[in-house]
Amino acid sequence: MFNFFKKKKYPEYWQKHINAVKNSRNYSNYESIRFVCLDTETTGFDYDNDRILCIGAVAIKNNKILVSDSFEIYIQQEVFNKETIKIHGIRRNGTEKKVSEEEAIIQFLEYLDDAVIIAHHTKFDITMINEALKRLKIGPIKSKQLDTNFIHKKIAQGNWFKKLFSLDELCEIYNIKMHDRHTASGDALLTAYVFLKLTFKYKKNNVLNLTDLINTNYYLNK
Amino acid sequence: MKNTIAERIFDFLKDYPPFNLISKETLLEVSKSVEIQYFEKDQIIFNQNDTPHEHFYIIYEGAIRLYRFVDNEKHNLDICDEGDLFGLRPLIMQESYLMGAAANEETILYGIPISLFNSIILNYPKVSQFLIASFATNTRDPFSDKHKGKLFANVSSIQKIENSFAETQSAKYSKNPITCNVETSIKEASIIMTKHIINSIIVAKDNIPIGIITDKDIRTKIGTGIFSILDPVSKIMSSPVVTFPEKITVAEAQIALLKHKVSHICITKDGTDQSELVGILAEHDLNILQTNNPMFLVREIKYAQDAETLKHIRTKASELTKGYLEQEIPIYFITKVITEINTAITKRIIRLAVKELGQDPPVAYAWLAMGSQGRSEQLLMTDQDNALVFENVEDEDYERVKEYFLKFSTIITQKLNIVGFEYCPANIMASNPKWCLSLKEWKAQFKDWVKHPTSDKILLSIIFFDFEYIFGDKELYNQMSESVFRYISKKQTFLGFLSKATLDNPPPLGFFKQFLVEQDGENKDHFDIKSRAIRPLVDAARIFSLHHSLKVNNTIARYEKLMEEEPQNKDLFESCANAFKILLQFRTSQGLANKDSGKFVDINNLSKSDRLKLKSCFKPIKNIQDSLKIRFNVSQIP
Repeated sequence: MFNFFKKKKYPEYWQKHINAVKNSRNYSNYESIRFVCLDTETTGFDYDNDRILCIGAVAIKNNKILVSDSFEIYIQQEVFNKETIKIHGIRRNGTEKKVSEEEAIIQFLEYLDDAVIIAHHTKFDITMINEALKRLKIGPIKSKQLDTNFIHKKIAQGNWFKKLFSLDELCEIYNIKMHDRHTASGDALLTAYVFLKLTFKYKKNNVLNLTDLINTNYYLNK
Repeated sequence: MKNTIAERIFDFLKDYPPFNLISKETLLEVSKSVEIQYFEKDQIIFNQNDTPHEHFYIIYEGAIRLYRFVDNEKHNLDICDEGDLFGLRPLIMQESYLMGAAANEETILYGIPISLFNSIILNYPKVSQFLIASFATNTRDPFSDKHKGKLFANVSSIQKIENSFAETQSAKYSKNPITCNVETSIKEASIIMTKHIINSIIVAKDNIPIGIITDKDIRTKIGTGIFSILDPVSKIMSSPVVTFPEKITVAEAQIALLKHKVSHICITKDGTDQSELVGILAEHDLNILQTNNPMFLVREIKYAQDAETLKHIRTKASELTKGYLEQEIPIYFITKVITEINTAITKRIIRLAVKELGQDPPVAYAWLAMGSQGRSEQLLMTDQDNALVFENVEDEDYERVKEYFLKFSTIITQKLNIVGFEYCPANIMASNPKWCLSLKEWKAQFKDWVKHPTSDKILLSIIFFDFEYIFGDKELYNQMSESVFRYISKKQTFLGFLSKATLDNPPPLGFFKQFLVEQDGENKDHFDIKSRAIRPLVDAARIFSLHHSLKVNNTIARYEKLMEEEPQNKDLFESCANAFKILLQFRTSQGLANKDSGKFVDINNLSKSDRLKLKSCFKPIKNIQDSLKIRFNVSQIP
């Protein structure tokens, strides 16, 4: 009874997100899976106090990065941190068109649809998004998630003890031209390149399917 | 909505043709719909005969090789790299790919949607011209395996394209041709040909082509009474036939007809004369397509009655050249066609001169071409360089004979001048008594040059030792060239002298790998591509060819022959041939863009990639010069 009541309170866009992931028929065939590579720029690294400034994302389907299927949104924030402006270059009153956090989340979830999320250090981006969802009294995000860091660790030779690789390091290893570091969309595109190269390498010794890819995650599995 | 990714793609595309021709707004729209694909080394993007993709491609990173199977043999046609376009076929015609494409190294491609681009083509004629030009280069290059499209892809050289891209179309031919068998009598065959109104009939066994009979055979072999009409066709047929596989392009067909000097090509299932006949392609089929094709011009030349007509034809030919260059057809092919036409014109003029004199030449003679014409490397209108050799005659006849040939040569050079070949400023022409000599005199002269190589004689050797037979008695020419080889083999130090002369042009890179540019004068800061890059390669090829007594003059052909002669130096010679091709095309496109000879290149105006490509040609120059130095003991030449 209580559950039913709670469910009713969900805003339509959130219910839509839940259904999209739950009812998707696309996950079984690798070619039909839509992946969304995303990156966020934030005011800082504190999950409680910092906020998302920008979400950038681009989709991959059947080994192709689809520029036509990309997403970029800037969020108006009260929280501000002078230190991180140096990194992401988004000023409080910059020229980008900015929307409210809720509007951004609505548009993002709509864009996301049933896609599988790919990010580098996915945990950080997803936690920031989940914190935003929490403020809207919804969440956490339902989408399946992958992390380029862990896919790399699965197929890389050698340094098993190194826990984390930065995006810079992966670009170096996989010989990807770096540009636009530290813009959300730029990093999302780099992540997409890394992912394409990783899956090609991965395919050589493994069958490429979603379940196995997800199994490369240590903490995101549910 | 801001779209950072599309902006980055825009930033990349905007530097490369044809995207640099498109307005910013439109290009941004294009950028938004790009698909990015990654390919590992050797992964295939598409196969020959695959159905067309919905995208064409530009290389963002890496390199793609294009290849084509002919007769089950793989031919690598081209290597494309950053900024190059490929897979344009579906954009131009709805046909499957004529070539396969595979990643030559790790590669990232941008796929541009064809549906979107079709509307752009309508609005930007220059874009469509560019694409057709690129398309033309990519689909045809049976001669060189390293033709680099990008180097010449400066849009300024694409002012207009009048010649259609017909040459790269699949050639149309008659399917299910009429055949007869070996025992058929000539009379029966003629009746079949008359009934079907055809000018040829294929002699086949189990539908495998064995030979062919054309109208001409009946005229020359039956009409003349050599054979009876009741003889079997096998008596008069031409056999074996020239065959090609079903997917033959117009260009391939043209070249095959020229090369084999035939009027018909049999199209068979697998392209060999051992497989089933599927069609016949006649010269005529191509002529319908294009009236100003080289063969058509060559035929017109044969029937021209005066120099003015020849001039008119030559103008048409130079338009054809321009069209070829604008379409970025490989230079090797263009020079071949132009040489073919120039030779045909010269031959026709010689015949006309005999007619005009009203008196046949008193003794056998041969007309010779020198310099770039001798090397078949002429492109645009150039000076005449020619000479004449006549049979040895008794002393008392000499004056009379020489007088005839001088008069004869003067008429020829005059007519050549009318057609558009300027007189040679150094007077190296057969009308000059010095270069209109008997065989004996030529031999004595060559012997003197080789034995006593003073600087003026070395200069003459460089010009004259590229002589090529054009018309007349070939035996005289053969004897001349053999005498040169004989003298040189007896006195190898002569090649040392020649090497020393060419080494006076230092390799074009300075100590800090900078371009060596002209220090002063009108062309200050310009790079002299002709003397510093092209000539050293031409000279080296000549010296090595003389060393091996090779009877070829064309620089590319010389290097190719040298690769066979010295397999241990194959790489060196191959790199020289490739560098030469690139430089020649570079010079031509520069010349066209600046409306001059293309001799000087303004280094500062080159794009970075062009500069790199130009530089990459210099290493072979240095290597071959080092090799000359050692091989011919240049240090011991005073």
